[in-house]
Amino acid sequence: MRHIIAVLLENEAGALSRVAGLFSARGYNIESLTVAPTDDPTLSRMTLVTTGSEEIVEQIKKQLNKLIDTVKLLDLSDGPHIEREMMMVKVRAERPDREELKRLTEIFRAKIIDVTETSYVIELTGASKKLDAFIDAVPEGLLIEVVRSGPTGITRGEQGLTL
Amino acid sequence: MALTETKSGEAGNELSGAEIVVQALLDEGVELVFGYPGGSVLHIYDALFKHGGVRHILVRHEQGAAHAADGYARATGKCGVCLVTSGPGATNAVTGIATAYMDSIPLVVLTGQVPTPVIGSDAFQEVDTVGITRPCVKHNFLVKDVRDLALTIRKAFHIATTGRPGPVVIDIPKDVTDPNIKIPYHYPREIRLRSYNPIEKGHPGQIKKAIDLMLQATRPVFYIGGGVVLGEGSAQLTALVRASGFPITSTLMGLGAFPSTDGQFIGMLGMHGTYEANMAMHEADLLIAVGARFDDRVTGKIADFCPHAKIIHIDVDPSSISKNVRVDVPIVGQVASVLTEMLPLYQAQKSRPDSAQVADWWAKINDWRALNCLEYDRASALIKPQFAIETLYQVTNGELYLTSDVGQHQMFAAQFYPFNKPRRWINSGGLGTMGFGLPAAMGVQLAFPDAAVACVSGEASILMCIQEMATCKQYNLPIKVILLNNGYMGMVRQWQELFYESRYSHSYVDALPDFVKLAESFGHVGMRVDQPADLEGALREAFALKDRFVFLDVVVDPTANVYPMIAAGKGHHEMHLAPGLTERELA
Repeated sequence: MRHIIAVLLENEAGALSRVAGLFSARGYNIESLTVAPTDDPTLSRMTLVTTGSEEIVEQIKKQLNKLIDTVKLLDLSDGPHIEREMMMVKVRAERPDREELKRLTEIFRAKIIDVTETSYVIELTGASKKLDAFIDAVPEGLLIEVVRSGPTGITRGEQGLTL
Repeated sequence: MALTETKSGEAGNELSGAEIVVQALLDEGVELVFGYPGGSVLHIYDALFKHGGVRHILVRHEQGAAHAADGYARATGKCGVCLVTSGPGATNAVTGIATAYMDSIPLVVLTGQVPTPVIGSDAFQEVDTVGITRPCVKHNFLVKDVRDLALTIRKAFHIATTGRPGPVVIDIPKDVTDPNIKIPYHYPREIRLRSYNPIEKGHPGQIKKAIDLMLQATRPVFYIGGGVVLGEGSAQLTALVRASGFPITSTLMGLGAFPSTDGQFIGMLGMHGTYEANMAMHEADLLIAVGARFDDRVTGKIADFCPHAKIIHIDVDPSSISKNVRVDVPIVGQVASVLTEMLPLYQAQKSRPDSAQVADWWAKINDWRALNCLEYDRASALIKPQFAIETLYQVTNGELYLTSDVGQHQMFAAQFYPFNKPRRWINSGGLGTMGFGLPAAMGVQLAFPDAAVACVSGEASILMCIQEMATCKQYNLPIKVILLNNGYMGMVRQWQELFYESRYSHSYVDALPDFVKLAESFGHVGMRVDQPADLEGALREAFALKDRFVFLDVVVDPTANVYPMIAAGKGHHEMHLAPGLTERELA
């Protein structure tokens, strides 16, 4: 099962490596991991996506909670939540393909943010599956480069993961 | 300025970073620091020299410092402290830190670091200590500003000693201890960390469920571990076990938490546990696990582990719960606190477990016991290692603080030296660190100068930290080393005999030193015994030398194996018994 877990961490040097080290030391899967400081500069918020049996995911959450730098943790998959991931895609955009790529960009409500004679950079935000679908939709042979941020997430409703 | 006169928590004195380290240790009530000087910690050593107050024990290798601090912590329940330099000083200490981590021992390890401006430049004796130690500490810190030093030290002691204890490393760059930079000193008494709040009390609903399961049980077993010792829950456990009348087994790390000579104690369980303990686990319908972590050496094959049992698990660490084995009633909390709540609740119940069923259960256990699974050849012309430990027990009236190294001698000691008190049996269970025993014994002897302290070891293990005999001389530590010398890495040889068709690949220790002369060269008493009839006399002679370190080289039967044995990946009911017992197997 795929789980998306949000963690509030002390914004200390080395906090990220404690999390990364935990996953490698215990052999847990980690699909993506994003981290940045929050409105409170003493806190970082990390979103990580992992897969595993319920037992393993339970252990992952316990082990994350056990880290001294972990302030709070929430498994967003436990309830209604919103996930967003940002992607930038560089595509070959020669004359004959330009129209099709623009159409795709519109359909996916993406944006072209860089243009040259032969290429576009397209920016797209959404759930990870939507990003996958966009990549699948780009005609074969046109993809040059794909950059994804990894998903971040937030719960629906007024309850927040805060101190 | 006498640092010792500064009262805890009082602001006022201006101290350098080096002086802050010393004063903070004093404010923590630290009696002993085990260490070894080097470039990055010279300022701290100078502060130690000038101001005194903290007793420093100079070891001969940083691994010894960590093990000695660890032994001190295990024997006293206090936090062990060591001080080592950067680079090799820190890396040498890593084995000791990892040893403490695996057994949840509270340590604060101060490591020197190169000055902050050159961190990351591959400076002389620079190593990423925080990075190297990260996976084997409860937490670690790099202090980059002298103003953070006192608070960081307070945090380190707090983290090391609360919740599930463990080692904490504080990496201190040399410029942070600069004697010329002085700042006002304030040592916080109380500390609160928003990200760290260990759970103290067990959930009342869960405790009630556990009591209900105890009342319904027909084939119950207590399975206890090192957490009972660490959590100071021995008295509470003993009271609850006695009130219930249930059998109790212990892991290697829990030995002594419940009196081993008590009739309810059915021996150690696991890979080299007793037949009755392992069979009881296999047939039990209720397991009451207390401060134990379902280690693979205990559970054997998980799929075959306690197939009929409901499991109650009391542990301070939530991540220990259902990590290896799913449990039915988890109770997260301090062992002593949870047991304290359980006892009156159990006693207040109107009903009791079905006494006829429990009596049947005991009858079954006593049948298994009758197999006498630890029996060995007492008529042997060679000294059997089992006989050596039994004799050690008799000569010392079971009152030793006994440390051990790792291997056959460790298992023989666990099987044949019944411990009736916690914190008396000190060994590296989780990491299995050869070389642990002698330095650990130093920590114990320094904590209890008048106690009888011995280290049971093997000729392979002892050589891994043999240099600490010099430390023992310097501080007149009257430790007794009982060397079970079989000329082999005994446990490796045993596995090779049983599982590799006796291909003894590199398990024979050729070119051993003359241990008697070796001990004498360090200024100690060396003795050697190779006849069973001479053993008791030699042990009495050794222990009579109350103020001398004695190295007793006991030449034992090189072919002795540790039985019973559960091969790796097998279940509790699939024990290898000693060859003579196999046909009497009951299962």
